[in-house]
Formats: sequence, structure tokens, C-alpha cells
Amino acid sequence: MKQAQFEQKYQERWQGFERLIQDLEKRKNKRQISTDNHYDFPKIYRDICSHYAIARQRYYSPVLIRRLHALVLAGQVQLYRHQTIWLWKVFEFVLATFPQMFRKHIKVFWLATALFYGPAVAMGLACYMDSQYMYSVMDRWQVAEMEYMYDPENKNIGRKEEREADTDFMMFGYYIFNNVSIGFRTFASGILLGIGTLFILFYNGIVIGGVAGYLTQLGYTETFWPFVSGHGSFELTAIVISGMAGLILARPIFAPGNMTRINALKRAAQDSIQLMIGAALMLFIAAFIEAFWSSSTSVPISVKLGVAAVLWAGVTLYLSLAGRTRSEH
Amino acid sequence: MLDTTKKFEVPEGVDLELRLAGPVIRINAWLIDAAIRLAIIVVAFFTLTWLGKVGIGVMLLIYFLTEWFYPVFFELKQGATPGKRLFNLYVCHDDGTPVNWQSSMLRNLLRVADFFPFAYALGLLCMLANRDFKRLGDIAAGTVVVYREKESIAISILDAEPTPLPVPLTLTEQRAILDFAERHAYLSESRQQELANHLSELTTKQGEEGVKELYCYANWLLKGQ
Repeated sequence: MKQAQFEQKYQERWQGFERLIQDLEKRKNKRQISTDNHYDFPKIYRDICSHYAIARQRYYSPVLIRRLHALVLAGQVQLYRHQTIWLWKVFEFVLATFPQMFRKHIKVFWLATALFYGPAVAMGLACYMDSQYMYSVMDRWQVAEMEYMYDPENKNIGRKEEREADTDFMMFGYYIFNNVSIGFRTFASGILLGIGTLFILFYNGIVIGGVAGYLTQLGYTETFWPFVSGHGSFELTAIVISGMAGLILARPIFAPGNMTRINALKRAAQDSIQLMIGAALMLFIAAFIEAFWSSSTSVPISVKLGVAAVLWAGVTLYLSLAGRTRSEH
Repeated sequence: MLDTTKKFEVPEGVDLELRLAGPVIRINAWLIDAAIRLAIIVVAFFTLTWLGKVGIGVMLLIYFLTEWFYPVFFELKQGATPGKRLFNLYVCHDDGTPVNWQSSMLRNLLRVADFFPFAYALGLLCMLANRDFKRLGDIAAGTVVVYREKESIAISILDAEPTPLPVPLTLTEQRAILDFAERHAYLSESRQQELANHLSELTTKQGEEGVKELYCYANWLLKGQ
């Protein structure tokens, strides 16, 4: 068949397909589809693909081939566009995908836990026994500031400023900005051979453990522990999960298994990003608790510790049970 | 052929091509985006700090969102940040499909690593060493930055009396003649003649006559008698 005949024969179909694609592009966010034509989309798309293949095979003119190529490409984008309901996806992720992914890589979680809590406990004990160790990670101004924040004489535990409702909101913004950014950095620096992740886990472990040991040694237990134990459930766990995601990202570079390094990396990356997003959501919750609950001074200490116990149990149960399927043990 | 294109096969069994975007145009796009992000933060700063501590809280949230989620938001919404859109670029998977949230988050969170140690030095090195101009984030997410094809203008070849080829030509050679005829609008007359003169052995004509003869062949190849 000569090119002119070929073009004449299918011209109408191509134009119809062009209109269809324009329609679909405009309707991006609306799910209602008007004409019956849309149901034939995959079939018409396959036809266009074969026209494209024929045109190339027969060495038809470059302009025609380019036009068909553009049609196939635009059709492919429409065919593979993700059209699930946004809110449903969020539910599915929180209730199933994230905890499932967490359990899939539980060994890495224990590794990250050891890398974070190991230095934390060691530094905590060191500072508890000899407060001088605190000065190896903080200068004396920082130590003085920290002491002031948790001084039982101070009415605004954990903060430098007076506690009011609007301060709570400001701190909420700050905690999100600061903590989630740390989580993201812990994760992303995993791709640099895991060194960044190791460093951030280790460093944060040392600082947090050191502060806890130092303040306990000073006898500030009644201000420090009730303040941190509540949001700590979400925050510390989420930081460890960020580290875990970073380590998963680092692993394929050393141990790609029976894949090329790039393919192993791509595969690990898809798992790790889900863990990171889950950890970011947990850090959001932690920021909320820290800003609006942990800092309140009117609640008795026993209630705060009770709530903290419930939160820790909740996080543990959620991560170990949510989204369990029969095949999972 | 040595070219900055990426070929891939779709399940329907045809090969498609994507035109990859190189480092320079991507840096330009990034600069535009950086300016927009800066503008958002400056505006937020001046409007919200008047509102006291709640305002500062909101500002920190806005800063956090523009810092990490600005590219993700636009990539999911329209396939490209405003900067990339301005330069006719968009982000897609290696197989041409639109980016999903996982890939978009991945390639944008990993900017931290690409930025290392300063000013995207590692990302740039990585792009220069990679066949598809991928930075670390693109490698991990399996994405590429490509050009959006311009709307193809309908070009038709000049009408001429269809004349059969004097000798049989291979398909590639036939296609070259078609390509020549389709490009008539982009070639000056003297350039057309210069090109046609290379084929004087085939057409047995020179100059303007030769060009016309080639159009006749092209018409024959396209339409037959």
C-alpha cells in the first residue's frame, strides 16, 4: 500500500484518537467519562501502535512516522496514568502497606535500632556517671540552655519561652521543619554508601542519650522524662525507621544479590521510600504531641507517663500487627 | 546513531523514543524553580511574621513544604515543575509512563545526596557519567527528564507529476528522497539545488530541474500513479 492510501484510510481514526487524548488530558481530575468512545481507548491505542509499526516497517515518510510516534507516546501516557482515589490510597498505605513493608525488612530495623540506641545507652550511662562527658558533644552554653529548659524551677518545661497557645503552634511548625528534615536527610544520605545514615543515627543517639543521662544525674527526672516519653514513642521510632530506610538504600551497592547494582538499587529504593514516608507521617504525629501535649504543665506526671506507656504500646502494636495477612508469620 | 535519545519498547511491541534533557537546560530550569521557591518564602515571611507566633509557625510549615515538596507537588500534578515546563521538559519513568508518588518523592528527597558536597556537584558528575543524564535520584527512582515533543506541523510535499524511479532504490534511499521533499519549507532554494545535484546521476538533471525531478519521484513513492 502506498503511503497516501494508508494515510487516507486511517486519517479519520488518527484524528479521532487525537481528539480523545485531548479530551482525556482536559478531564485529568474528573472521573466521569462522557462518550462511549473512551471505552474503546485501549483498542484504538493498540491499532495506532500497529499503524506506527507498519509505517516504520514500510519506510513511510519521516513526518508521518513522527506524527504516529507522538500519538503512541501520548496514548501510552493516558493508558498508564494512575487513576486511583487519592484518599483511599492514603488509608491503604497507613493501614497496610507501611507496616507490612516495615515487617518485610524487620532485620534492618533491628540493625538501625542497635546503631541508634547502642551509642545512646553508652553515652547515657557515661554522662550519668560522669557529667563531664556531656561537654564532649555540646559546648557549655548549650549545656546551660538545656539545663535551664528542664529545671524544675522553670514553669515552661522543654522550652525557653513562656508557654501559650500560640507558642504551641509556633513550636509545632518548628518541630515539623526540624525533625522531618532530619528524617529525610538520614534517609537520603544512605545512598552515599550508607555513611551519612550511619553518622546521623550515631550522632543523634549520642546527643539524645547524653542529654538523658546528664539530666537524670542532675536529678531533673520529674521534668525531663514525662516531657520526652510521650512523643518519643513516635519520634525515636520514626528516626530509627528513617535510618532503616537509608540502610536499605545503601545495601544494594555492597550486596546487589543476583541483579545488577542499578537494578538492585531501583528495587530497594521503591521499598525504602515507602518506609521513609511512613516515618515522616510518624514524625508529624510526634511534632503534634510534642507541641500540644508534652509541654503542658497542668497535667500530673502520672497521667503523662500513663499516656506515654499507651503511646509506646500503640506504636509497637501498630507496627507489628497492622495489615497482617494470613501468609505473614 | 549517536544521539541523546532513549529507546524503549512498549508492551504493544513497538519501539518508542524519548529525547533526553542534558545538564545545562536542567540547571536553567532549576534556577527558575529556585527563584520561584525563594519568592514564595519571601512573600510568606513578610505576610506571616505580622501575625505573631502563629504566623511564624505557619511560615515554618510553608518553608518545610517548599523545601521538600515543591517539585513533588508539580511533578504529580503536571509532570514538571514550572521551571521545567518553561523549557518544555518533563519527568517520566524509564518506560515513558508518568511518574507516581513513590518515584517523585524518591528523586526529590535524594537531592540531598545529589547536592553533596555543595551545589549539586555529585549530581552533576553523575549526570555527566550516565548515559541518560541521570543524577543519583533519577537512578534510584528509575526516572528520566525528557523534552516534550513539539506539536508536529502538518507538512505536505509539493504536488508534482508522479514519476517512477529510473532504477530501483533501497527503502532507506527512498526514505531519504521523501525526507528531502518534506523539508522543502525549511531549505532555501539554493540549498535544495545543492542537495539535488548530488543525485544528478539518478535524475540526469542539474539545478532547479533536478529538484523538480526529485519531487516527482517523491510523489510517486507517496502516491503511486
